[in-house]
Amino acid sequence: MGVRRKMALRFDLIIFTILLFASPVLSDLILSKVDRRIDLTSQIVENEGSEPVSEVLLAFPDLQVKDLALLKASPHEGKGKVKSLSASLPVENVKPNGMPAALTFYAVKLPKALGKGDSYTFDVLAVFAHALRPFPEKITQADIQLVVFQESAFYLTPYVVKVQSLSVKLPESRIESYTKLENTKIHGSEIKYGPYENLPSFSYSPIVVHFESNQPFAVAQEVVREIEISHWGNVQVTEHYKLVHGGAQNKGEFSRLDYQARPTIRGASAFKYLIAKMPPRVHSVYYRDEIGNISTSNLWGDSKKTELLIEPRYPLFGGWRTAFTIGYGLPLKDFLFELEGNRFLNITFGSPMNELVIDNLIVKVVLPEGSGDISVSAPFPVNQWEETKLSHLDLTGRPVVVLQKTNVVPEHNQFFQVYYKFSKLSMLREPFMLIFGFFSLFVAGIVYMHVDMSISKSSAAYLARLQWDEVQAAIQQVENVINRCLTTHDKLEASLRDLSRTGDVQACKAARKAADGLLKELSKELKLVLSFLQSSSAASQILPKVEELVAKEKDLQEKVMAKHSTVVDCYEKKTGIRDSENRVAAQQQKITALRQEVENLLELIDEI
Amino acid sequence: MVGKTESQNGAVKATAAPAMNLESDLFSNFSFKSFKLKTKQQELLLRVSILGLVYILAFITRLFSVLRYESMIHEFDPYFNYRTTLFLTEKGFYEFWNWFDSESWYPLGRIIGGTLYPGLMVTAAFIYWTLRFLRFAVHIREVCVLTAPFFASNTTVVAYFFGKEIWDSGAGLVAAAFIAICPGYISRSVAGSYDNEGVAIFALLLTFYLFVKAVNTGSLAWALASAFGYFYMVSAWGGYVFIINLIPLYVLVLLITGRYSMRLYVAYNCMYVLGMLLAMQIRFVGFQHVQSGEHMAAMGVFFLMQVFYFLDWVKYMLSDTKLFQAFLRITVTSAVAVGALALGVGTASGYISPWTGRFYSLLDPTYAKDNIPIIASVSEHQPTAWSSFMFDFHILLFLFPAGLYFCFKKLSDATIFIVMYGLTSMYFAGVMVRLILVATPAVCLISAIAVSATIKNLTSLLRTKSKTAVAGSSKGTGGSKASSKASFDQSQPFQKNGAIALLLGAFYLLSKYATHCTWVTSEAYSSPSIVLAARGAHGNRVIFDDYREAYFWLRQNTPPDAKVMSWWDYGYQITAMGNRTVIVDNNTWNNTHIATVGRAMSSYEDEAYEIMRSLDVDYVLVVFGGVTGYSSDDINKFLWMVRIGGGVFPVIKEPDYLVNGDYRVDKGAAPKMLNCLMYKLSYYRFGELVTEYGKPPGYDRARGVEIGNKDIKLEHLEEAFTTSNWIVRIYKVKPPNNRW
Repeated sequence: MGVRRKMALRFDLIIFTILLFASPVLSDLILSKVDRRIDLTSQIVENEGSEPVSEVLLAFPDLQVKDLALLKASPHEGKGKVKSLSASLPVENVKPNGMPAALTFYAVKLPKALGKGDSYTFDVLAVFAHALRPFPEKITQADIQLVVFQESAFYLTPYVVKVQSLSVKLPESRIESYTKLENTKIHGSEIKYGPYENLPSFSYSPIVVHFESNQPFAVAQEVVREIEISHWGNVQVTEHYKLVHGGAQNKGEFSRLDYQARPTIRGASAFKYLIAKMPPRVHSVYYRDEIGNISTSNLWGDSKKTELLIEPRYPLFGGWRTAFTIGYGLPLKDFLFELEGNRFLNITFGSPMNELVIDNLIVKVVLPEGSGDISVSAPFPVNQWEETKLSHLDLTGRPVVVLQKTNVVPEHNQFFQVYYKFSKLSMLREPFMLIFGFFSLFVAGIVYMHVDMSISKSSAAYLARLQWDEVQAAIQQVENVINRCLTTHDKLEASLRDLSRTGDVQACKAARKAADGLLKELSKELKLVLSFLQSSSAASQILPKVEELVAKEKDLQEKVMAKHSTVVDCYEKKTGIRDSENRVAAQQQKITALRQEVENLLELIDEI
Repeated sequence: MVGKTESQNGAVKATAAPAMNLESDLFSNFSFKSFKLKTKQQELLLRVSILGLVYILAFITRLFSVLRYESMIHEFDPYFNYRTTLFLTEKGFYEFWNWFDSESWYPLGRIIGGTLYPGLMVTAAFIYWTLRFLRFAVHIREVCVLTAPFFASNTTVVAYFFGKEIWDSGAGLVAAAFIAICPGYISRSVAGSYDNEGVAIFALLLTFYLFVKAVNTGSLAWALASAFGYFYMVSAWGGYVFIINLIPLYVLVLLITGRYSMRLYVAYNCMYVLGMLLAMQIRFVGFQHVQSGEHMAAMGVFFLMQVFYFLDWVKYMLSDTKLFQAFLRITVTSAVAVGALALGVGTASGYISPWTGRFYSLLDPTYAKDNIPIIASVSEHQPTAWSSFMFDFHILLFLFPAGLYFCFKKLSDATIFIVMYGLTSMYFAGVMVRLILVATPAVCLISAIAVSATIKNLTSLLRTKSKTAVAGSSKGTGGSKASSKASFDQSQPFQKNGAIALLLGAFYLLSKYATHCTWVTSEAYSSPSIVLAARGAHGNRVIFDDYREAYFWLRQNTPPDAKVMSWWDYGYQITAMGNRTVIVDNNTWNNTHIATVGRAMSSYEDEAYEIMRSLDVDYVLVVFGGVTGYSSDDINKFLWMVRIGGGVFPVIKEPDYLVNGDYRVDKGAAPKMLNCLMYKLSYYRFGELVTEYGKPPGYDRARGVEIGNKDIKLEHLEEAFTTSNWIVRIYKVKPPNNRW
């Protein structure tokens, strides 16, 4: 009473379709191939109990159960849509009394209890990992890879089966050998057993199929997927793979020459690359391992999907291992949604790699620091626990939800949801921390500059330094004053220029008056500072220069005044402009020279 | 300068349009004034921002390797450093200090804690821990990759202060800029070059700077700081021997030239005594400071200083010069005699170890070639060619003598030091290629003095000229003295134009230097040498990642306790990337062990099999460039294996592998050569491969010949793995055949 589907890769995938009728109960059995063709057989299960039945038991040998990756029952909906994920029937592990110990039972709950004579049809999909065993176990580089598949020709069930059949679809037509029972037929790459009628419960008849399979048996012993959410707009996925070629072990030498010359013959069982199907708009993809970047990868994509082709560093022959890490970023808005104040992440569970069997998959969802009320909803049972992770600028650590599942196959690549609460304000914590860090750094700098750190406040060197600081401040003051004087001179010059343009003598005089006042004030200030400098012993070196500067400036001042007076006089007396120019020229020359000297002196003092 | 020129122009125009020009005059005056208002702060700001830019430049120019390749550890030794750093960060300092590494030098092992300079690893781990503490979740690899650029940046700051100490702040800035991009330094400090030298050059320059500062100030604090700098240097690199010999030599020169002072006494004694005591804390160095011949010069000078001090005191006490002369003679003779006697007795009794071979080979470039093939076999120990001097220093090579001239012109304690540092390190740079690195800071500093002094002279010439020119032209506008104006015009503009031309020339040279450095960094010194890049037929970039392919294969597909035999060059990489035990590695501490491997490689297969069995070898790894034309492969290194093997095992004779003194691999090669293990492993099944169109099969592209033995059969080994470009070939040693 089942449809079986076998993936001829490295493991065996089975789909059961169970049809339950009240009187003869009929079910279909489908067997599929790697190339996803499905074969059908039928078998009959009779339910002779008169009481209504609300659940059906499925039995598997314990040996198979440890490789059972997925078991799913769904109501039969006709041939077009065998898979309907939404309406699956609940399946749970049960231990009924009085059954053989070496079997594990799963009970499928039917939507309504079956009365006598009622019928119900449903499909069961069971996927097994590692059901194919390479035989011989060791081959050379040139050999082809043969595998063995063992099953029972009769469906193992606690019920009596009316009619049943089984078909096995193989990847290639080359079959080394297979068990021949009555009613066994072979069509190309397909073996059919049955139909068999009226079998008692727990009928068992082992069959063995030995056939060629050069499919690469990519098995990931462990995959750790880390999904890190940043509310700044990114979901970062990092996946660590530990890969092994699960097929026949390579023995003898590996010849690169042979592999390069005839890769399809000398290396038929090796696999060169994997393809990861990733969501669209993926960015910042990398592919590396413990010792660095791996340059043999290729990325292409469109608006629907992105595909990443990765080649391991070396071709993987049977038994060879490799390990690598891929990482990529996804836009947050595609995966994170809000629901009634809660946020939830909706992302696929399995690895994006095609046709990869994962023995142990660990999915870690790293939520932002400060999230709470975390809950997970997954479409199939997983182990779950929580951790914390310290990452950039974390104080308490980020909450991490860890989901663990063994025997993961591509059918597990379904969406799961992580619900949590997160306040938007917490996003600002890290920028504030950075701002505060830099701020305190600068404050520390300012404090250091302004705090007197010397140990001994009475030592000679310290006192001398203090004095020198004072002298420097005084000299700075002198310079300021002199510079202001010079600006005043410039103003006077400007007023002269205005005079020559407008002929407004009054305005010029007013400017002169203002300048006179200012200069007087400045000279007072200068005197004060100079007297301080003269009294200070530390300034003795620089004092002559300063005094010279002051004297020169005074000289300059007088000259400028004189020139100003002359020009203004000329204008008042209306003497010709030419005449005034001649008279001023000599003065102007001296002024320029003096000014040059003053500026030189200023520079000189500055350098000291 | 610009401001000045403008004001001059304005003055010249004055006759034509007084009003307009006056305005511009005002403008120039005004801008000049506001500029001048806080010259000091302005200068400080300029200096700090230049230094900051140089600091950043030094860092980012070393990131070419990350840009061109990836963030990875380079070359050979850095892989060991990386592995030990990883161990240190994972297991902590005490575990690290007591680490016995059984993965290398099988079956001897290596006591890591006692045979390395831990400075680099501790520094990187410290940076890593600090970043972790500040909540930056970085990977230790990133820290290791960026350690060298970070310290290069710090070196520029030290160079600035050093330049300021010996000349002025201008020279300091130029020195910082020079050393930031000097190829001689970049070659050892690009991102990923995680080697001792990256940190050590910083420590070296810091120690020298602090010592010169101590000598200049006579301050105990600076001397103490230099002792700590020396301690850091000792912990980081074996090149500390250079410091402990150069500083005594410098002190000796100061003593001889009569520059002895109390400052020198304080600086040297404090630095030597404390530095020595601190250095003894490093296990690898231990008591060498008092026991090894290489460190005796420092001790001799230390005692000499005491004698000098004593004599000074006696001279002060004795007013009689004649008596003092006699006393001087007696003291000096007896001091020298006692010193010589102590040295003789120490050496004879074996208390003081004689100089090591490496030290000898420094003083005498031909020594290693004749006596220690293992030192001579390393390419970076070869004498330097002129072209590499030019390549690494460019214009600095010409500026160096000019700088020396300036130093001699203004002799002081500090300039004497830099001159001595420059001259000695230049000599060592000529002896060994890798010591160009040590010479680089000195060359940069001295060249910086030349550039700074020249430019300063030229600009001051320009400035004074322009001032007189202003005066002259304003005289001209006065129109009174035409003749004096003419005389001005004849002499001044000529000098001025000359100065301008020279300045432009200097800037042209400097910009050439900058472009050269950038080009060299990006093209020559950024290759990690693990990943090889070549240009494909269509100009595209082809990557040969064979080393990592092989090492990763080893890591994943061999038993965890497998022993791999290869030539010692690849030992560190195999342990770090392949995570497998090796027979010999780059530490080269045991010549006999290396010679055994060399012997196995140069023997016939059955003899080699015996050796490999005795060493428990499971895999043999050879590097072969015949397919790609990669020339630094094992066949080209093979003669060194023969030489080193033959140096210990006389069974191996070099002439057996040569034909008339020629080394060849084609048909005319020596029969022993064609059948030795290395040849067989390199060329196994190579005879069937066509490497180049139009050439016979088995054409070796690295050597450009068709190989001589195409029919190679292996009896005791089998090919386990060959990388996609055949660069690395790994063979499995088969278990012995059953005897029945």
